[in-house]
Amino acid sequence: MNGAYSERRIIVYVIFIAMGLAYILRLYYMQIIDDSYKLDASNEAFRHITQYPPRGCIFDRNRKLLVTNEAAYDIMVVPSQVTGIDTVSFCKDLNITRDDFIAGIKKAIALNTATHPSVFLKEVTPEIYASFEEKMYKYHGFSAEVRTIRRYPMKIAPHLLGYIGEVSKELCARNPKYKEGDYIGISGMEESYEGELGGTKGEKIMMMDAMNRVVGEYKNGKYSKPPDPGDNLTCTLDARLQAYGEKLMANKAGSIVAIEPSTGEILALVSSPEYDPNLLVGSVRARNYADLAEDSITIPLFNRALMAHYPPGSTFKPIEALIGQQEGTLTPNTTYFCPGAFIMGSNVHIACDSRHGSLQLEDAIAKSCNTYFCNVFVAMMNNRAYASTEEAFDSWRKYVVSFGFGTRLDIDLPSALRGNVPTSEHYDKTFGEGRWKPGTIAWLGIGQGELEVTPLQLANEAAIIANRGYFITPHVVKSIGDNKGPGKKYTIRHYAPVDEKYFGIVVDGMSDAVSGGTAAASQIPGIIMCGKTGTAQNPDGRDNSLFIAFAPKDTPKIAISVVVERGGWGADWAAPIASLMIEKYLTDTVKRTDLEQRMMAGNTIQYLIDEKTKPKVDKKSTSAALKHKKKRTG
Amino acid sequence: MPDRRKNIVPNIDWFTISLYVFLVFIGWLNIYSAVYNPAHPHIFDTSQRYGKQIIWIFTAFLMAFLIMLTEASFFSVFSYILYGMVLLSLVAVIFIGRNVKGSHSWFHIGSISIQPAELGIFAINLGLAKYLSGDGITIKRAGVFMRALALIFIPMLAIVLQNETGVAVTYTAFVIVLYREGLSGNILLSILFTALLFIMALVVSKIILTGILVGIALIFFFMFTMRKTKDLFRTAAILILSVTILWGAGYGLKKLEPHQRDRIEVFLHPNLNKSKQGYNLNQAKIAIGSGSFWGKGYLEGTQTKFHFVPEQATDFIFCTLCEEWGFAGASVVLFLFVVLLIRLVILAERQRSAFSRIYGYGVASILFIHIAINAGMTLGLMPVIGIPLPFFSYGGSSLWAFTILLFIFLRLDADRLQVLK
Repeated sequence: MNGAYSERRIIVYVIFIAMGLAYILRLYYMQIIDDSYKLDASNEAFRHITQYPPRGCIFDRNRKLLVTNEAAYDIMVVPSQVTGIDTVSFCKDLNITRDDFIAGIKKAIALNTATHPSVFLKEVTPEIYASFEEKMYKYHGFSAEVRTIRRYPMKIAPHLLGYIGEVSKELCARNPKYKEGDYIGISGMEESYEGELGGTKGEKIMMMDAMNRVVGEYKNGKYSKPPDPGDNLTCTLDARLQAYGEKLMANKAGSIVAIEPSTGEILALVSSPEYDPNLLVGSVRARNYADLAEDSITIPLFNRALMAHYPPGSTFKPIEALIGQQEGTLTPNTTYFCPGAFIMGSNVHIACDSRHGSLQLEDAIAKSCNTYFCNVFVAMMNNRAYASTEEAFDSWRKYVVSFGFGTRLDIDLPSALRGNVPTSEHYDKTFGEGRWKPGTIAWLGIGQGELEVTPLQLANEAAIIANRGYFITPHVVKSIGDNKGPGKKYTIRHYAPVDEKYFGIVVDGMSDAVSGGTAAASQIPGIIMCGKTGTAQNPDGRDNSLFIAFAPKDTPKIAISVVVERGGWGADWAAPIASLMIEKYLTDTVKRTDLEQRMMAGNTIQYLIDEKTKPKVDKKSTSAALKHKKKRTG
Repeated sequence: MPDRRKNIVPNIDWFTISLYVFLVFIGWLNIYSAVYNPAHPHIFDTSQRYGKQIIWIFTAFLMAFLIMLTEASFFSVFSYILYGMVLLSLVAVIFIGRNVKGSHSWFHIGSISIQPAELGIFAINLGLAKYLSGDGITIKRAGVFMRALALIFIPMLAIVLQNETGVAVTYTAFVIVLYREGLSGNILLSILFTALLFIMALVVSKIILTGILVGIALIFFFMFTMRKTKDLFRTAAILILSVTILWGAGYGLKKLEPHQRDRIEVFLHPNLNKSKQGYNLNQAKIAIGSGSFWGKGYLEGTQTKFHFVPEQATDFIFCTLCEEWGFAGASVVLFLFVVLLIRLVILAERQRSAFSRIYGYGVASILFIHIAINAGMTLGLMPVIGIPLPFFSYGGSSLWAFTILLFIFLRLDADRLQVLK
């Protein structure tokens, strides 16, 4: 009935089913296994528009605004949509030339093709944008994206606050959170609190048609993500004190670091010379940065407070006094005779400022006697409790490090350096194993030689003495966001391994230094300040003027270190500046206006400039220079 | 008359009709989505394609109804006349038809356009069925075979002359009918072999292919001892023919119209120049790929909606389905199509009349080639040929064509018990 070939229907079934199966397998491959088409789909039909979060503001400890945001406008262009534009008026509105216009369009095409939006002009100010916006409807293909740029209303603390800039290509490659063109904190608090200040970018998902025109927001924004603004920070800085410190340091190279001893909060962090932080903002940043970076003599971008290394000089003597007492090789009654120099054998001759005669510990601190402290150090090295000088030295070094020297101190600012506390290995290498004697390194007793410290470490030293034995790691953040405090590590007390009872005599000595010793000219009426001058040898030129202090003596509210490079005697510049800072902080009004005027007007940076610009005669290593130079400390 | 109608209603294959209605409905939903315009959301808005499609669907249902009312024998009796009328219009349209994108295949009557190449395929099927079901006709006879081929090739030639090569290609589906009716399987194989050779010639070096062919011929020659010189000659003849096809393929490609050449190039090199010839295909692939397992959801397609995929309501409607309904939805639709095709073959095989059987095979074959080519091209398995997906693609002409084609067979099937031969 069905002809002779009925069985051929089987072949037909096979053909039909084979087609169905093959196509379903192909669908399975395209829709489930292969991912490439899915990615393409998001690229073609969606445009992800980044929503930039406002960066967190920074306030000082009294809620004064230090860093804020200001609107700036990125002019965007889709080159293929640019038609019939009056380029003359366009260029006039944006304050650019015709060549800039052509170059901008070409760059956009090269960067992102003609049909995709690219940045045409970056960070246009609100003033310029206002006139441009009125006519934007006539400029087909152009649009604007709001960005924020940083503003520093008080123009202070550039090194501490830091600046932001475009994220590097390397970081983009490493961290998917960042895309080229994003801004990121590059130094200071902007860098160390990038995570808190930066916020989280949001995203709008817009739907595009095949002509690359926006059709609307995908699912009315259901999948869009609003940006999460950065947290505001309250920093520990006292803006008033910081501004005052910056004024005092005008025309000087050096730094001021002020710490609240009971909390470790940094009240002021001045690095001089400085610059207006507003220079490193927006479209002018690149040019200004290059100008600042070009100054290789005073190096304004260099944060001296955290990075500069100085021999501490006599400011180190209180440390020696504390270690000596704890080790039992020194008591308040230990008496040494000062003939005007410390002499040991034929090789060691370290000069003192005057012939102090016989004196005891408190006096030796107040008068800053080099002879006395070289003897204190040698006595420690000769301590019978240790088998060798090397062992005694290693023990001494452990003490010194416990005071924060030779460590980064873990401050919440990037780029703090550790300074240098020499090791016995170092001396073994320099002089040969077992061939160095206490006399060989006696200058360590007066803070000279290989010892190098940063101004932050000096201020921390002052805070330890003020606290009679401990410090809290110095930090610049008081609170994050609404109520988050600084990290736990900024509340822990770090005790130096010196008993509290040994601090009294040192504090008295430092008090004497101000009331009638080396820093007598820096007394503050009505306030008992404890301080220690330092006049640190400098192989390249004039001495550095140093001072550490805290006040009031019994209930310390502020601990401070001041360094004035090439300032000469510690009492000349550093001590008066520190005393003015303390007076300002504790009383709010400075009564010693003559001194204030003199300090503000003083110019010591010229010595540094002269030294660096004049041809150098001789350049020897620090230790070699020290050997041949007459020692002098304040 | 009343009891006669009563007689056929239970004999109608309601299963096939349900499948048909279901596919048409799903198709319409997809057209609505493909051309979805939020400004005209009303489904009966006749200014929009989905509104118009509603009209096509109702008229198609009306035609189906009228066909069911027609006497079954009408189609057998009038098959040659219908064939002749369609052939006439296929030729006439070459001269009368308005030039639409280079082709002369459409009659424009008022606002309605009709493409006889598409709409008339039922008549070609009828003509072929009539001829092959004639007394004493067997396709084994060379004369019968040649005449049957002529019945297919003459309208094909007219369609090629209308510049509708794509539609003409669908007429090759009748090979399946001829095969079922006794055409040597070798011929079917040689057609497949030729197609394979043609494609290979475009991809692999011709010299290497020639070497391979000679190698195969030698293996046949030595391994299977040729008993007769006839076999030797046959092998040699096949070899020479193959090599000729091989070298002719490249030349033939050059002779093609530029757009046809592009389509073949794109099919062979999918990543070639995505923005131009490859654009359509690539966008279609993206749309399908982005659908994943469950799809993006109805009316949620992004690629098909914003005009990335060209012709998404007509030739590329399968894309919309894949993007919005995902692998799940597209597989179900493919499955239903295969069920329909197999059902049609089952129906064809249960016919007592050769005429009905041959016609049924024709229907299954024509639907099959449309599905295979249309879905295949969107999946990148076939070159881009602009033919519709049965029951899915937008357009009255194609929906009517497939409805008429199918329902004539269902009418014949409903009458199967009445006809003895």
